[in-house]
Amino acid sequence: MVYKIVAEDDRKYVEEFREAPITAHRSPGLQRVLNIMRLYRGGDQYILIARKEFQDYVIGRMPPLRDDPIVIEDGMVFKSREAAEWELFCRRWRQHTGEIINQHYEDKTA
Amino acid sequence: MLKITGYPDRYSVAPGETIAFKVSLEEEDSFEARLVRVIHGDANPQGPGLKFRHVPSEADGRHPGFTQTMDAGSYMTVAGFPALDAAFTFYTMIWPTLLRRDDQTILSQWDDATGTGIHIGLKAGGFVTVTLGGPGGVKQAIAPKAMVQRQWYALAVAVDPVSGAVRIDQSPLIPYAMSDDRVSAQFTLSPAAPLPGLMLAGTAMADGTVGRHFDGKLDSPILIEGIHPAALQDRLMRAPRDIELGRLLLAHWDFSQKIDTAETVDTGPYCLHGTLGNLPTRGMKGWNWTGEDHSWTRKPEHYGAIHFHSDDLYDAGWKTSVEVTLPEDLPSGPYALHVSCGESDVDATREDYISFFVTPPKDPAKRGKRPKLCFLAPTCSYIAYANHAEHITARGVEILMNRMVHFGHSDLWMYDHPELGGSLYDTHADGSGVAYSSRLRPVLNFKAQYHSWLGGHGSAVYQYNADTHLFDWLEEKGFDYDVITDEDLHRGGLSLIEPYDVIMTGTHPEYHSTAMWDAMKAWIDRGGRLMYMGGNGWYWRVAFSDHWPGAMELRRAEDGIRPWIAEPGEYYHSFNGEYGGLWRRLGRAPNVMAGVGFIAQGFDFSSYYRRAPDADNPRARFIFEGVPDEIIGDFGLVGGGAAGIELDCITTDLGSPTNMLRLASSEGHSGMMLLVNEEFGPVPPNLGGDQNDRVRADLAFGETAAGGALFATSSIAWCGSLSHNGYDNNVSRITENVLRRFLDPAPFPTSPDTEGARP
Repeated sequence: MVYKIVAEDDRKYVEEFREAPITAHRSPGLQRVLNIMRLYRGGDQYILIARKEFQDYVIGRMPPLRDDPIVIEDGMVFKSREAAEWELFCRRWRQHTGEIINQHYEDKTA
Repeated sequence: MLKITGYPDRYSVAPGETIAFKVSLEEEDSFEARLVRVIHGDANPQGPGLKFRHVPSEADGRHPGFTQTMDAGSYMTVAGFPALDAAFTFYTMIWPTLLRRDDQTILSQWDDATGTGIHIGLKAGGFVTVTLGGPGGVKQAIAPKAMVQRQWYALAVAVDPVSGAVRIDQSPLIPYAMSDDRVSAQFTLSPAAPLPGLMLAGTAMADGTVGRHFDGKLDSPILIEGIHPAALQDRLMRAPRDIELGRLLLAHWDFSQKIDTAETVDTGPYCLHGTLGNLPTRGMKGWNWTGEDHSWTRKPEHYGAIHFHSDDLYDAGWKTSVEVTLPEDLPSGPYALHVSCGESDVDATREDYISFFVTPPKDPAKRGKRPKLCFLAPTCSYIAYANHAEHITARGVEILMNRMVHFGHSDLWMYDHPELGGSLYDTHADGSGVAYSSRLRPVLNFKAQYHSWLGGHGSAVYQYNADTHLFDWLEEKGFDYDVITDEDLHRGGLSLIEPYDVIMTGTHPEYHSTAMWDAMKAWIDRGGRLMYMGGNGWYWRVAFSDHWPGAMELRRAEDGIRPWIAEPGEYYHSFNGEYGGLWRRLGRAPNVMAGVGFIAQGFDFSSYYRRAPDADNPRARFIFEGVPDEIIGDFGLVGGGAAGIELDCITTDLGSPTNMLRLASSEGHSGMMLLVNEEFGPVPPNLGGDQNDRVRADLAFGETAAGGALFATSSIAWCGSLSHNGYDNNVSRITENVLRRFLDPAPFPTSPDTEGARP
């Protein structure tokens, strides 16, 4: 069995990730959480779509077979890669732990 | 999405020569074009931004345009094959590889417009079909049992086109227990109306394309007159040929002959030789391969298979949209045809930069006074990475990148157009590796403005667009230079680079043919000064072929970072019979050429170098003029540092010259910067740069015995740091110091007794 993300043990990494979603993470435990979250297990794969490079991003879902179209979630637009990473982290956190994170990426003081 | 794209008919063109551009539009019926010098193709707002210089030419202005498409899928055609209007039996050995695809062709003599003729195919799930079309309509026989993917079968199909009688026999080479894949079935269909011409692995469609492709291997296809039992196949494949059966022979294609060509040889009496379309894979082991020999040149009879793919593409064959004869006085350098069909927005990109390089004039009399600096444009590496789509074809890229997988408009278009063909990093739809890559098609990542899913965080540029960081720096610093491309070097050899004192590489010159390797080594051994401006260079051996100009072959053999792995027995290039794979496995490690060799790979963040004791060696004094810093390159557009993506280090055991100075080494890499697998036997637990001090880039310098020198940055990310702080930084200063000294004709010391060589 590979490592299972547990809210009680791993919650301490949430804030570290929110502070810097794209960086060389200082906690090996956070990198482990991310590796588990990012492990491809089949099905749709989340992707980052730059509608305008360096300015405008949305999340997309790439299906397992190329015959099927990529689904673009254009209802939620991000100004940075980091903001999109945070949104995906929150989705995956919920998927793995059942917990909802109610913090926006920009809301650093919350 | 992309609304306009295109490709040139060549990547290298000399002044006075004509270059043709093939453009496709998805909107509008015309486009604007202008020729530009490419200076900086990285749009990252943290850097200098996009820079192009307009070069007035006959291309300037509006041109008519239309949508052009690509017809992917390989096949064999025999144009003059007579109509199969009497009873015949078709035999072949077959290894199907993509049974979820429906409506594949094994053999066709079919008129798509009228629905007449004979078609032997495969239905989704692996069921052989025989379809006869004639006055009575179209009738199809379907084998009652399916083939199993990636298993060899002997297939015999007997057809009487007059009566409509059909017999299908299918026999697995290996009779597995509990399997149920043997077929012997008869059918009665309507009579067929055959027509001349014959194809294998594809069918001529009414719209002029070739469709209904086959994925898999065919070996020893044979046609004989009359209805015969399946058991005859062994006798037919035997050599010397059975005289009695030979009297009935219509055709017997032996794919083990002329493997290095686009032809297939019919050993039958009518010489109905075939022509291959879209570059199927040859030099493939056949049904009878034993492992006795692994080279098709030594044991051709074991390499009688051709692997066809429904997504092979050799030449998109687009019509020319713009043709430009370059001015005689156009300076050598990187250029592009900028094409646009409107304003880009969040939904669509409506411009493209179709890249190419201008070389010095070919006629020595026209060359005039040339610069002593040459940029060796790594077009082999650009072709290897052409339309690199591992973010689509391989899952699990996100964990390697340590961030979400980036898709721009080009990537979305690429996803929707698998007929673009893959890069040498991709796999075909059937899972087999892409062993050939052609430049005769749109190459979406050989463009300024392309931001990759692969490059380091920040600019995320890779290969061509990363190399524009160097173009920009050379412009900014006022260095005049010529460009020679890899393919030029392959064809022209040493004489092309002999006039230059200094050669600068791109950021990732990974792929080299034997001719290129030999020419470059000869140049170094005669006193050349090499500035290796990247990482993971001289890694893979590749091959070219005069039979398939514009295409390049790679076999991912034996070892190395392999996104796919060649099948055992398929390590030899079909183009030239050479053993493929890593140059290191051929006894020519990159260290022999550049003084350093590949050690680590990681795509998230770059780091910095720390000055090493050799930096204070008097031999290296010129390199550090004005650079007292302990830390070098802790900034940059590619991952935030000068040491990143792929790193090299000095290893004398692999051929690094013993006099190489380790000027600085990188440190502080993340756990995602990993030791490459050819560097260890048993897998150690500390592969990451956070735990393994072998994971480092060595900034290196060494003199050569001929009075030349080697300078190696050992990092793909180095050039991403050149523009930092208005080009005033220690990476830029070191690069400039080295280049100025390398351009100084004064020889480098070759002996410890030479003045200045000792501390």
